[in-house]
Amino acid sequence: MSDPPSYEELSANFSWSIAEQELGHQPGDPINIGWMCSDRICRMGLANKLALHWEDYQGNEKQFTFDDLRVLSNTIAHFLSELGIRPGERVCLFMDRVPELYIGFLGVLKMGGVVQPLFSAFGDESLFVRLQDANTSAIVTQKKHVHKVRKIREHLPNLRYIILVDAGESPLQQSEVSFPMDQARRIEDFAVYPTTAESPSVLHYTSGTTGQPKGAQHVHYSVISQYLTAKWVLDLRPDDVYWCNADPGWVTGTSYGIIGPWSNGITQVVFDSGFNAERWYEFIEKHRVTVWYSAPTAIRLLMKEGTEIVQRHDLSSLRHLASVGEPLNAEAVVWSQKVFGTPFHDTFWQTETGCIVITNLPGMPVKPGSMGKAFPGITATVLHPKTYEAVNQTGIAGLIALRPGWPSQIRGYWNNEAGFKAKFKNGWYLCGDRASIDADGYFWFMGRDDDVINTGGHLVGPFEIESALLEHHAVAESAAVAKPDPVNMEVVKAFVTLKRGYDPSGDLELEIMNHIRKRLSPLAMPQEIEFVDCLPKTRSGKIVRRILRCKEFHEPVGDLSTIMDD
Amino acid sequence: MDEIVKVVRDYVTREYLEEGDEREITETTPLISGGIVDSFSMVSLLRFLEKKYSIHIPDAAATPDAFDTVQSIAALVRRFQKAEV
Repeated sequence: MSDPPSYEELSANFSWSIAEQELGHQPGDPINIGWMCSDRICRMGLANKLALHWEDYQGNEKQFTFDDLRVLSNTIAHFLSELGIRPGERVCLFMDRVPELYIGFLGVLKMGGVVQPLFSAFGDESLFVRLQDANTSAIVTQKKHVHKVRKIREHLPNLRYIILVDAGESPLQQSEVSFPMDQARRIEDFAVYPTTAESPSVLHYTSGTTGQPKGAQHVHYSVISQYLTAKWVLDLRPDDVYWCNADPGWVTGTSYGIIGPWSNGITQVVFDSGFNAERWYEFIEKHRVTVWYSAPTAIRLLMKEGTEIVQRHDLSSLRHLASVGEPLNAEAVVWSQKVFGTPFHDTFWQTETGCIVITNLPGMPVKPGSMGKAFPGITATVLHPKTYEAVNQTGIAGLIALRPGWPSQIRGYWNNEAGFKAKFKNGWYLCGDRASIDADGYFWFMGRDDDVINTGGHLVGPFEIESALLEHHAVAESAAVAKPDPVNMEVVKAFVTLKRGYDPSGDLELEIMNHIRKRLSPLAMPQEIEFVDCLPKTRSGKIVRRILRCKEFHEPVGDLSTIMDD
Repeated sequence: MDEIVKVVRDYVTREYLEEGDEREITETTPLISGGIVDSFSMVSLLRFLEKKYSIHIPDAAATPDAFDTVQSIAALVRRFQKAEV
């Protein structure tokens, strides 16, 4: 097998048109991700190639060829069209990692809809704010999650349909329809909606420091970046068996759990299971996984389980490993080299970038603990936090910034032009993270530049947590900040003042934790609650999270001149 | 049924199974690998156990493996009950 090309070779004369040419666009072809990941692959002669081998924790398995993807996504597209869902309308996918989620993603795109994937562990409040903001027309879900939709249904007048993929004989309520994909009449031919490069495709919600989560608006042209980065960074080759741990409720799960591999015609395996080291290694061994895209949190959990468990399995099929979510610590890189014979390659990107932008490419030396270098075609630097001028000195921390214009960059935030504009300074897109660059052009992560909490690779906004905390009958005021954590990098810690008549107790702490877990999600649940008499505030009464966060990280709190004396 | 098993099973059923989830939690139902309790939610389950049984379970012992079934959780509780005596 040939060695991957070097960074310099890939960077020389780079142009995104490489992807355009390789994707083989022909006159009359739609620029539609759903079509490109299924019909186009069949046209390349790969109709009978395995596209998806799905398995769940109970051992149930299903297999789908690329022709199955084509026909079943047609079937879903046809079903939605018959319901009256029109191109441009938002269709939410709210499911566990079942085949209907992956194939439904292609189906919604084929009928011109905008896919709104949401993490199935979201509670009703998290679900509500996202469906309301997106003005979602239909939601596709499972029996086990439908009660959360039913709870908020009456407050969502634009939600016309709740589609259940596993209703069986269960009674349906108003607006609910059953769609058992396996039993539906297979639609061989479907007129794919003629989306263009700039047609909206996916609406992923992401958290910020202030306000509710923002809908990051992607377009069909994003496939250019996702195709090429999947091929080059994940080193995908025709005979690979690829496993991406990410849930398609988050952007990794769609950019590299659906679009990247399938636009490359790659076989992928999906394991609908929570973490279990033994089961994960069995899964790799059984399916002969060659490329594995995982996350630092999972890798650190595997490290905790030791190396003996690794030695009990034949993992020799693994050829390339990559990681995303939060910075991968040097120990994890060294450990993976030792136990798997190849290191996890860290990759950096975010919902708004749509594709990997800073990375360790297979053909470049890995510096353990580094994020790697800018992907060819991406201009990345670090900026001075006040002047927004490039820091042209090695080793000096600044704000990670990208020159706008790569294909998968989001085109805006849904209904939030001001929020989108605020992400740009001095002609640069600001990622919201801090890093330094060394003499070889490698980026080294330093931390977030705002109050957003990166827990287990997922961004959680403090505002959303604080709002939900205030819904609890005992809570008077609250502040949510990041706290360092050896496995998840950061976890949520809440500072709470109580209303008169309530006293701090272990029972109350547990009650508040469970309240947040159910209303928002397990990710948003504070792993610790500290009851305090008062919170630090500015003279105008605004809570200053910075002070609380700095204390958790044992960092200097800086200027306190605007803080109210108490 | 063992009292600890019953308490843990009832708590998991009440707090972690979603409404409409028809799965029955038995002593051996996979909780973590089955997606019923995730690694983040484990913390609230840990707090419940520590409070209910007045024990301290160190982080090193609170692994996904130890929390994967009601049976293994009950064993963990018994282990640290003995340790506290």
